[in-house]
Amino acid sequence: MKRFFDTELETFRSNLILMGETSIRQVRDAIKALVEGDVALADMVIAADDEIDNLEVKIDEEAMRYMNLRAPIATELRLVIVGMKASHDLERVGDEATSIAKRAVKLAAESPLKPYIDLPRMANIALEMLRDALDCFLNGDTEKAIAVVHRDAEVDAINKQLYRELSSFMIEKPDTISRALELMFISKSIERIADHATNIAEEMVFLAQAKDIRHREELKKSASI
Amino acid sequence: METSAAPAKFSVNVPASSSAITPGTASTLIEIENLDFYYDSKQALFDINLKLDDRRVTAFIGPSGCGKSTLLRCLNRMNDLIDGAHIKRGSLKIRGVDLHRKDVDAIELRKRVGMVFQKSNPFPKSIYENITYGLRIQGVNNKARLDEVVEKSLRGAALWDEVKDRLHESGLSLSGGQQQRLCIARTIAVEPEVILMDEPCSALDPIATAKVEELIHELKKQFTIIIVTHSMQQAARCSDKTAFFYMGKLIEYDDTRTIFMNPGNPQTEAYVSGRFG
Repeated sequence: MKRFFDTELETFRSNLILMGETSIRQVRDAIKALVEGDVALADMVIAADDEIDNLEVKIDEEAMRYMNLRAPIATELRLVIVGMKASHDLERVGDEATSIAKRAVKLAAESPLKPYIDLPRMANIALEMLRDALDCFLNGDTEKAIAVVHRDAEVDAINKQLYRELSSFMIEKPDTISRALELMFISKSIERIADHATNIAEEMVFLAQAKDIRHREELKKSASI
Repeated sequence: METSAAPAKFSVNVPASSSAITPGTASTLIEIENLDFYYDSKQALFDINLKLDDRRVTAFIGPSGCGKSTLLRCLNRMNDLIDGAHIKRGSLKIRGVDLHRKDVDAIELRKRVGMVFQKSNPFPKSIYENITYGLRIQGVNNKARLDEVVEKSLRGAALWDEVKDRLHESGLSLSGGQQQRLCIARTIAVEPEVILMDEPCSALDPIATAKVEELIHELKKQFTIIIVTHSMQQAARCSDKTAFFYMGKLIEYDDTRTIFMNPGNPQTEAYVSGRFG
């Protein structure tokens, strides 16, 4: 039976999907701007952050209105709670993309410290993680979401490796310090994006199965069935 | 109504004190097995199997006509009063005693299993007499004892402070919410083990409803409560376990938090979310 207010929930879902797609686009463009030294693209990323911020506010308003007036239960309740949490994570992803874009503008004015290989590789993993977490939202594929949680370690490992490598640069050639620091911050931003993707994946498992797997390794294993 | 030449008293083994039950755990008080119930040739309940916990609140939910009130009335044999209503198969037991055994006296049973109805139905007597009515027909006439029960029952029903100065006014002079709490006080005055509540708040305003719900929360320390309600929020707020019925069948029975957070059956989810019913 369709209820007269079901469209409100459909709009809520659509806005969350739109926010996810916009966040993915922002990260992809920020990395592209870094690698290609494309200042114009970086500026577009910085300007577009408002889109994500506005969506976060809209999703929060819709969620509070729905909880207040429609008293959701079961799957609907989980959807509204998860939607609010995921939108907060996506807003932070947008902030990290903006931060990367701002650093890309600074780095574009100098010669590259080294070829950009690890950062795009790391960013691709983080983007795949985001995509898979959002796919779970669309189709309830919790196996994909659990895989996201486990992939976070890959990104952490690359971040640590880059930290060591960039530290060596700074020790050996002090004139590289400012560039190396910018790259370190970018690496950290990508690592944070992967963390947010992990959070979203965990939230999607809760949405699909009502299992809270955060900080609980044994549940992550059982939820992957 | 079942009658026999020498009806056996319905006896239950009430624990001597609440310490007989370990806090945080629940033992089964009522066991319903393979129950098929009919109104004449029309089957109203189909193979119901249900274990209800002692000193917990269980909510029966489901759309109108699903059998929840029929099952509730089976528990104190109120259905005996309806022509053609009968159990064709199965049993309902309280502490192992089959309620529909021929030697179980329905009147005695109803002392142990009290009932609060949808519409408050105080007797056209004083507040005091409403409470003492059950005891008087049991032969209790000691004034001090009756006074004690009146105060205890009204306190138990969270009504004492509101009526203590007008105990001899008519019960019908009270507001709707107060009348319903008077009926609850009347029910607990005879110290039942089980209280059945059939949509007890459906005629009450939100303030009176909140008071009754608060009362249910207090009463479950002493009594086993089964509540039929059409309010999903009330079931969620008040009960420890919830049973969902549909077309005479028990569809799902689980902890209330599971029923409302992650029901196992799509029909339950559709009903609690208001998608059918």
